[in-house]
Amino acid sequence: MRVFAQQLVRPAQYVALAGYIVFLGFPLLWLISASVKSSAELNSLVVNLLPQEWHWANYSEALARQGLVSSAGNSALVALASTALVILIALPASYVLARLKGAIRVAGVGWILVSQVFPVILIILPLFLILRTIGLTDSLVGLTLVHTTYTMPFALWMLQGYVAAIPVDLEEAGAMDGGNRLVVLRRIVFPLLAPGVVATAMFSFVSSWNEFFFALVLLQSPENYTLPITLSTFIGGEGKVALGPLAAGSVLAAIPSIVFFSIMQKKLTGGLMAGAVKG
Amino acid sequence: MTVLASRRPPAPRPGRRRGPTGLDRARRREAAALVMPSLLPILVLSVAPLLMGVLLAFTDAELVRRPDYQFVGIDNFTRLMGNSFFWDSFRIGMTWAISVTLLQLIAALGLAQLLNSGLRLQSLTRVLALIPWAMPPVVVAIMWKMIYSPNAGPLNAFLGSLGLPDDINWLADFSTALPAVIVVGVWVGMPQTTVTLLAGLQQIPAELHEAAAIDGAGAWRRFTAVTLPSLRPIITSITSLNFIWNFNSFSLVYVLTEGGPGGRTMLPMLFTYLEAFKNRNIGYAAAMGVVLVVVVVLLLAVYLRSQFRDDRFETKRKEG
Repeated sequence: MRVFAQQLVRPAQYVALAGYIVFLGFPLLWLISASVKSSAELNSLVVNLLPQEWHWANYSEALARQGLVSSAGNSALVALASTALVILIALPASYVLARLKGAIRVAGVGWILVSQVFPVILIILPLFLILRTIGLTDSLVGLTLVHTTYTMPFALWMLQGYVAAIPVDLEEAGAMDGGNRLVVLRRIVFPLLAPGVVATAMFSFVSSWNEFFFALVLLQSPENYTLPITLSTFIGGEGKVALGPLAAGSVLAAIPSIVFFSIMQKKLTGGLMAGAVKG
Repeated sequence: MTVLASRRPPAPRPGRRRGPTGLDRARRREAAALVMPSLLPILVLSVAPLLMGVLLAFTDAELVRRPDYQFVGIDNFTRLMGNSFFWDSFRIGMTWAISVTLLQLIAALGLAQLLNSGLRLQSLTRVLALIPWAMPPVVVAIMWKMIYSPNAGPLNAFLGSLGLPDDINWLADFSTALPAVIVVGVWVGMPQTTVTLLAGLQQIPAELHEAAAIDGAGAWRRFTAVTLPSLRPIITSITSLNFIWNFNSFSLVYVLTEGGPGGRTMLPMLFTYLEAFKNRNIGYAAAMGVVLVVVVVLLLAVYLRSQFRDDRFETKRKEG
């Protein structure tokens, strides 16, 4: 009986795995398939995964579509600028947070954790009022500042994890050899920290590139729209939409983050959980 | 990572016996010089706005051109107590966050176990498991709208081919809308939970399982007696994080249903967003935000405390 049950385990495992693969992979497959179907086929009642004819024109149509390329440019601009700001501010601060002991560290880490609980609405309301008084609500500069604020805590958390992983002994050895703190930082800490900085920069680029809520609240004029907003207007109230180009645009919009996550998969979870689990 | 940092020998504490040496004082000055310029932008750009958000909850601020507003004490909160729409939305948010978090955990535990048991196709599954995590929420919503589409959607077509009803309008039907968005929520968050749990599974020493197997424990018993207890700290932290993220989520459901049909998927974040930017009551919306934060923090505190108490209890039982 027992041997019989054991022989069944493997097949059952494969069946379960297949179920997971379908659940996780099918929606994306469907999106890609929709992106190469003609609109006649998309609206017909015959539902097939493989298109009857490959309709690549959806991609050129999506790119030619008003706003898609320019809003992708806006997204890239905001993402790059806020990433630069985040790294510039978080790099020195994370070093301090990781190396200091005592009250400042406790306050810093505590605040990072609390800010993770804060709903976006409580972040955007005060920022909206501030940005309005200085006239930056419907502007990419304003959105950049908001994205910086929003990504900062987590970037700080990631970076200080990387700093903490660098043995202090190395720095002390550097100091013994007569280097002052700045020399030690430049010669020893920053080179070792480079992978962590790259990971954090990519993380903050992708969070900004994907971000929807703040852009929805802040941006009013279509020429300022970021990519997620433009995509969401395509499915909005205008009734029948061209599903093919929409799917094509969606596939293109997802590429940067998919590239990032495939490069980063292990490091991201490491950075995320290191403090939470062992700390 | 943190292990490395804490394992280094404790620094001598000269303050105890001798006075602080000149070197120490210089170091401390240096640290202070590093702290101020690096933490100042964070205070301005991040801490201050969050605190201002809390303060706004005690004002009558509105979204109009005239920017003056006054403190009104706890007026917003007393008004909120009687706002049944808000509490309806709160209940929906709890249903959403708890179901998504639980289902994510169960589904991810299963997948992580499979990925840890030496099957083929693992690398494919690992890559697949990343995709939902990586995609922009708006794209995820667009994608699932196509899946759920009542006319040309693959889900209804599949059900039809099995002879089941194939005309369900998943996202617009009162009874199916919330479950349908919950499935999407699970799809989005499951990968991250899986990768995290898998990392935990790989840390469990194989000897533990072998010892249990020698003692005659079956697969299920090994799961409950070895796997689950070892994973416990990771499960606690990932469910806490997932719960927070799910409770605070906005974009996915906003694009999928905009809170409809008839408010059936009106998550608290959607509700406060509409209060702030459609009804233009910023102070009132901030009060809602504050209530949500407080509730989430309280729930987490209770949950984490119960987890830690169980931990202590188990260690005692083992010792005794």
